[in-house]
Amino acid sequence: MIDTVALARTVRADALRMVCRAKASHIASALSISDIVAVLYGRVMHHNPRQPDLADRDRFILSKGHACVAVYAVLAARGYFPREELEHYGADHSSLMNHISHKVAGVEFSTGSLGHGLPFGAGKALAAKVRGDRWRTFVLLSDGELGEGSNWEACLFAAHHALDNLVAMVDYNNLQSLTTVDQTLRIEPLAAKFEAFGWNVHHVDGHDHAALGAALAAPAADPRPTMVIAKTTKGKGVSFMENRVEWHYKSPTPAQLEQALAELEASA
Amino acid sequence: MRNAFIEELVALAAVRDNIVLIVGDLGYSVVEPFAERFPKRFFNAGVAEQNMTGLAAGMASEGFHVFTYSIANFPTFRCAEQIRNDIDYHRLPVTVVAVGGGLAYGALGYSHHAVQDYALMRSMPQMLIASPGDPMEVRACMRHIVDHPQPSYLRLGKAGEPNFHAAVPQLEPGRWLDVSPAPAGNVERKVLLSTGATLGLAMELQRTPAYADHAVCSMPLWGMGPKRIQPEQLRGAVSVTTLEDHLADGGFGSWLMEACRQDPASLTKLRAHALSDDVCGTVGSQNTLNALGGLSVGRICG
Repeated sequence: MIDTVALARTVRADALRMVCRAKASHIASALSISDIVAVLYGRVMHHNPRQPDLADRDRFILSKGHACVAVYAVLAARGYFPREELEHYGADHSSLMNHISHKVAGVEFSTGSLGHGLPFGAGKALAAKVRGDRWRTFVLLSDGELGEGSNWEACLFAAHHALDNLVAMVDYNNLQSLTTVDQTLRIEPLAAKFEAFGWNVHHVDGHDHAALGAALAAPAADPRPTMVIAKTTKGKGVSFMENRVEWHYKSPTPAQLEQALAELEASA
Repeated sequence: MRNAFIEELVALAAVRDNIVLIVGDLGYSVVEPFAERFPKRFFNAGVAEQNMTGLAAGMASEGFHVFTYSIANFPTFRCAEQIRNDIDYHRLPVTVVAVGGGLAYGALGYSHHAVQDYALMRSMPQMLIASPGDPMEVRACMRHIVDHPQPSYLRLGKAGEPNFHAAVPQLEPGRWLDVSPAPAGNVERKVLLSTGATLGLAMELQRTPAYADHAVCSMPLWGMGPKRIQPEQLRGAVSVTTLEDHLADGGFGSWLMEACRQDPASLTKLRAHALSDDVCGTVGSQNTLNALGGLSVGRICG
């Protein structure tokens, strides 16, 4: 049994090291989803790091591709590639690009432009249905990303075609590029929207591993696709980054990295 | 062309169980033979082209060869980023099919005039453009596309186009296809080179005194990759006159001219006949608009 809380802590620490080394952005977005990816790769998804192309593996799509360091870190921690490779993140010619890249072992799909993950994931789920396969597709979206109309096209399609093998998750930290989601383009009432579109909606604390595990577990017989609205804190785990819009852009200095890592260590 | 497309798709799907057709709520009286025979591999994505294209990429990533089908600019410009990022970048076997290429829907207005699609598609590094000139070339393109799965774009006319080939030709991307040879004894090779629905215009031009000494060739398969083999073909001709029902900017003629520039020693004279932007915002029959844009025997020879 994998300790997903420890895994999430490793993901956060490695994500911080990567963005500091590369002087890259989007660390707060990665910290926001670290618990979600730790639970997915630690206990929910059927997968095998030694066999990334395993036919009946569950598929994971990071639609908010800018938060890629969390996924690179969890893939390395689970053994898809040596952890030392994370040091190449953001370097010239690196496959570890600053938006998630399918050139990395274990990554199914490259994103970076928002609104692409859910239609693509619905296509994978539809492919499994046509073939009679039982694996599931998980797609992680951001809250600000819901402004893209393609998501709502896919929501209609997935419900119409009863894609019960599709699980979408919204990283609902209510902070997007310039300010809050509420002040940018209001999405509430969000659960009611998805329910009206015909989805089976769960609300969870996106940092509560037990709650995430329960919501993402294989569903009881229900023909609807599943939507998990995960309430999160952007920058979670690092006090000076939490709920601060500037950490969508800023890269921690070496001193800030040390402080952040010390906070993570203290939380263990 | 539409009928040749669906007949060929049905025949290919009968022997390949990975072929899927997704339509964007269009294809009435065209796609039914596929939908009825392969109901589990036919989907109507509704009026939602971005999702249709993303879906196609997702299915293709799981081993399917997916054809998306809609008209004019809807399966191309409306979802250009899904084509760029999801299909082309991931090198997935999705064939985007647009019916009504050029000014086939001339009376329906600018929204339905597909006269910039080559410009969009030829900017995608992995994309193979299939722009057949007659129903026989449609069948040849379909067979090539299915035998060589990759990102591709199939530009069709509408219905009722004549055949200029006696049989289904063999195609190779970027290779000029002989349609009508120049008269015997003509040692200087002059070529009328068409892509898409202007093949009929090329045949008409060959019957005029100005072009009677020209061979007519077609280029149904092209794109960024096949550009590199153009200089060697151009070297064998003293002049090449291109024809296309697309705006001049970013089209087939400009593609060939760029290819020619790769060969500093080239002496081939190139001339491109494409549509002028006079057609933008004007409605009329396909022939009327083509002539307005500069594509008629009278406009070219006059």
